[in-house]
Amino acid sequence: MTARIPVIENILSANDRMAARNRETLDQADVYSINIMASPGAGKTSLILKTLESLNGRLRLGVIEGDLATSIDAEKAAAAGLPAVQINTGGGCHLDAAMLADALPALPLNELDLVIVENVGNLVCPANFQIGTHLNVLIASIPEGDDKPYKYPGMYRGVQVLVINKIDLLPYVPFNMNYFKRGVEILNPGVVTFALSSKTGEGMNEWTDWLVGRVKGNEG
Amino acid sequence: MHELAVTQSILDISLRHAKEASAKRITDINLVIGQFSSIVDDSVQFYWDIVANGTIAQGALLHFNRIPGEMTCGNCGHTFHPTDKAFECPSCTSGFVRISKGDEFRVDSIDVE
Repeated sequence: MTARIPVIENILSANDRMAARNRETLDQADVYSINIMASPGAGKTSLILKTLESLNGRLRLGVIEGDLATSIDAEKAAAAGLPAVQINTGGGCHLDAAMLADALPALPLNELDLVIVENVGNLVCPANFQIGTHLNVLIASIPEGDDKPYKYPGMYRGVQVLVINKIDLLPYVPFNMNYFKRGVEILNPGVVTFALSSKTGEGMNEWTDWLVGRVKGNEG
Repeated sequence: MHELAVTQSILDISLRHAKEASAKRITDINLVIGQFSSIVDDSVQFYWDIVANGTIAQGALLHFNRIPGEMTCGNCGHTFHPTDKAFECPSCTSGFVRISKGDEFRVDSIDVE
């Protein structure tokens, strides 16, 4: 005899519970954290390095780099003087909460104000997996095109901050900012948005000033 | 690639609920997946045959109830399915539109013996 058992449980509920524990770990150490997601080449690593420069010592920063199989990004961060941990996902397309739980003890959390997690370059999978950071940040870069909110709505739905990067390229590539922003506004009304270029530095101060405010506001 | 992690989670949830109900076998698993939650059905089925092997869920059929993305216009109240090129209301062209369906991503129920 067959019986139907109601379940009604989010498929990634186990990951979500682990993410909540990561948040507790971070809060206990009084560390703010952000999860940076974007497609490959949108400028995640360069934004992190430029953010470090623009912060100019206002925050003590640590970095966790998610990557498929290399440690190039962590080496760049370490070369810039940042405590950095590399998570190699071994081909996996995203970070999950368990991976972050393994990586956090490798950072001197009590000596840090902010941990930046660089997720695997991918506009699909990372959106499904909460890892426990205080903010999810998406970088959209101008050369990717203005249709990305429409093509990857899941990613644009799940973030609290949108950074539009490489705005120095606006004169050279077709990118309808109104069309782009209309899609974003419907998917994620009122999402905090910054437009900047980590190459020229334009807009960087607005981003880092806001970030400092969030980190300081979180300290209790 | 994240379908493997998703499939493992579906199995874990199903086995836990089956155990609580003292079920001997899971025959069917009913999933509800919205359009904005990106997973590939075939890929989950492929992994399922591997991860469920040797459990009471071996051979269970996965049913994907796909929920199309749905938006509702805050201006005229029209409800519509968005395309991948535009989200404005097709009736009154307003951009004051909110998502009403498509975020679903859950195990809805399991059928057991």
